[in-house]
Amino acid sequence: MKLALSGKFVSTAACVMMALSVPAMGVAGDTIKFGVAGPHSGDLASYGLPSVNAAKIVAKQVNDAGGINGKMIELLIEDDVCKPEIATNTATKLASEGAEVVLGHICSGATKAALPIYKDKGILVMSPSATNPALTQSGDYPNFFRTIAPDDAQAEVDVKFALETLGYTKIAVVHDKGDYGKGFAEFAKKFLEESGKAEVVLYEGVTPGAVDYSAIVLKIRKSGAEAVIFGGYHPEASKIVGQMKKKRLKTTFISDDGVKDMTFIKVAGKNAEGAYASGPKDNASNPLSKVAIDAHKATFNSDHGAFYENAYSAMLAMVNAVKKAGSTDLAALKKALQTEKVDTPVGNIYFNEMGDAVGVGFSVYQVQDGKFVEMK
Amino acid sequence: MGCGILWNALCFRLFFVVFMDYFIELLFSGLTRGSIYALIALGYTMVYGIIGLINFAHGEIYMIGAFTAFIVATVLSIYGFPILAIIVIAGVAAAVWSSAYGYTIEKIAYKPLRHAPRLSPLISAIGMSIFLQNYVLLAQTSDFLPFPALIPDFEFMEPVAHIVGSSDLVILITTAIVMMILTYIIKFTRVGKAMRATAQDRTMAMLVGINVNKIISATFIIGSALAAIGGLLIASHIGQINFYIGFIAGIKAFTAAVLGGIGSIPGAVLGSLVLGLTESFATGYVSSDYEDVFAFSLLVLILIFKPSGLLGKAETKKV
Repeated sequence: MKLALSGKFVSTAACVMMALSVPAMGVAGDTIKFGVAGPHSGDLASYGLPSVNAAKIVAKQVNDAGGINGKMIELLIEDDVCKPEIATNTATKLASEGAEVVLGHICSGATKAALPIYKDKGILVMSPSATNPALTQSGDYPNFFRTIAPDDAQAEVDVKFALETLGYTKIAVVHDKGDYGKGFAEFAKKFLEESGKAEVVLYEGVTPGAVDYSAIVLKIRKSGAEAVIFGGYHPEASKIVGQMKKKRLKTTFISDDGVKDMTFIKVAGKNAEGAYASGPKDNASNPLSKVAIDAHKATFNSDHGAFYENAYSAMLAMVNAVKKAGSTDLAALKKALQTEKVDTPVGNIYFNEMGDAVGVGFSVYQVQDGKFVEMK
Repeated sequence: MGCGILWNALCFRLFFVVFMDYFIELLFSGLTRGSIYALIALGYTMVYGIIGLINFAHGEIYMIGAFTAFIVATVLSIYGFPILAIIVIAGVAAAVWSSAYGYTIEKIAYKPLRHAPRLSPLISAIGMSIFLQNYVLLAQTSDFLPFPALIPDFEFMEPVAHIVGSSDLVILITTAIVMMILTYIIKFTRVGKAMRATAQDRTMAMLVGINVNKIISATFIIGSALAAIGGLLIASHIGQINFYIGFIAGIKAFTAAVLGGIGSIPGAVLGSLVLGLTESFATGYVSSDYEDVFAFSLLVLILIFKPSGLLGKAETKKV
């Protein structure tokens, strides 16, 4: 305990010293420094590298067109390996190198650890992927924005769909006891109870990987639920829909974007037909999305990965804000982000008071003939 | 049940029927789950009975059986074989292939350690388990694969399909038959006699002319074939496989074998059924959140009062 405390003290002290060693106003020049932070190595690198590519592409486009108000974008790319304890170092390093805005971080845990450091420096941070609701809703980080909808947004979308579109009044909520699934289920339960329109007839967690889910399926039937909202991933979801079919249940199955995956349809086969799952809104009809994807193909000769479009959008939003604000002062940037709408691959977006993008969100999809079809 | 204060015979009957229906549904759900555990637990208990080794790689043999059946069944269904032929051929192929694995594992990982301290083969077994998982992960895939529903929905089962499905029935019957055949082999055949002799005293068995190595190999082959058949039936029941299924199912089956008394064939089946029913009723009447809590509390309770398991024989120390 004592050791841990002193370790923390040393690292805090190191941060303070590093911060002090940098002149506060030493960044005036003819470039604007964009930090890019996220996992660029390790097992989660596939989540972070697409954002680096997006930053490079947008920076090149802006610089080729003469920069932002005549200033060129300079990228400072730093790896945080998705680890909170490393993310604080990454943030300190970026701040000391003079980053004026930061694209990142990628993982919610790392983002949360890094934010206080940026906050002290008045640096704007925009994440393409950190979905933890508290990051914006707690109000602790006025310098934080994101171009992805928070986790509770999809629970809200699913609940709204079940209550308003499908008109159900009795709903069972089941989850896989994991962080993601249980978090989603808790929000779904909360929204159902707050709506006053439906009754949560069952709220339970199942053990992932179990050989048989017939007992919970029987319990769902006994509860009289018209629909079951499931929080978790596709392996359990496909087992549950399979067993529901076996036990001749007519209950509707509604789930999250851990289930909106082609593997769900592949594994569950015809049992998946008619099931609903929420997922990020389909951008395919947005011409800017095509532009972004084609630019990636042309530059890197490969398909873009996770959160590429969100990162691309975040870059566009930040570039626009810097341009409109005429500086990188946090208050001016915030005002620009909240008032100026900007066209991006994820839609025509602006940001609300808390920092969440308005216009980015989830849609509900239904499995029809082996495909996910967006419900309008 | 909406009966109000008036308590009459009809209302009681209604309540009774609704209550009993749910009970019977849970009962069958528990029996199916128990039979699934039993198909794997039998292999654990057989090997332990003969050489006193907990073969942790047994769950992986089950997984390899399921993969073999998957590959064979997929190929055969492309060529349009009838479903019964697919089940038989895939079952035989899986049993043979898994037996080959079981036989080889014993020769490579356990036989050289037969005279080593008891911990060494145990660690070797865990190593084998991890090795096989990763081997399948690398050689096949890390994704979940859709396992074809080899057991069709029988028409005569349709009226009761909401309580007990066709695949449930097949698993229940198979487990019963397998247990009877195994008991017969061990009680009444020459191989069985030799197995029991080897289990009792390996040196003495050798002295009276039993080829102990052959008997141990036979045990592994029978156990592995059982696991493969279990793999085929269970995967068809759940509808999906991946490289990790053996680990989770194996842990539960191992628990069931210990509960019933490791080393005892009827004990493994009884332990599995008790475990399956406990989980099912815990989910049905309490909450599935506590499914494992109930299952393992039961294990602890039974082991406190009967340390050798429900049907296990107490180990007598030879002084």
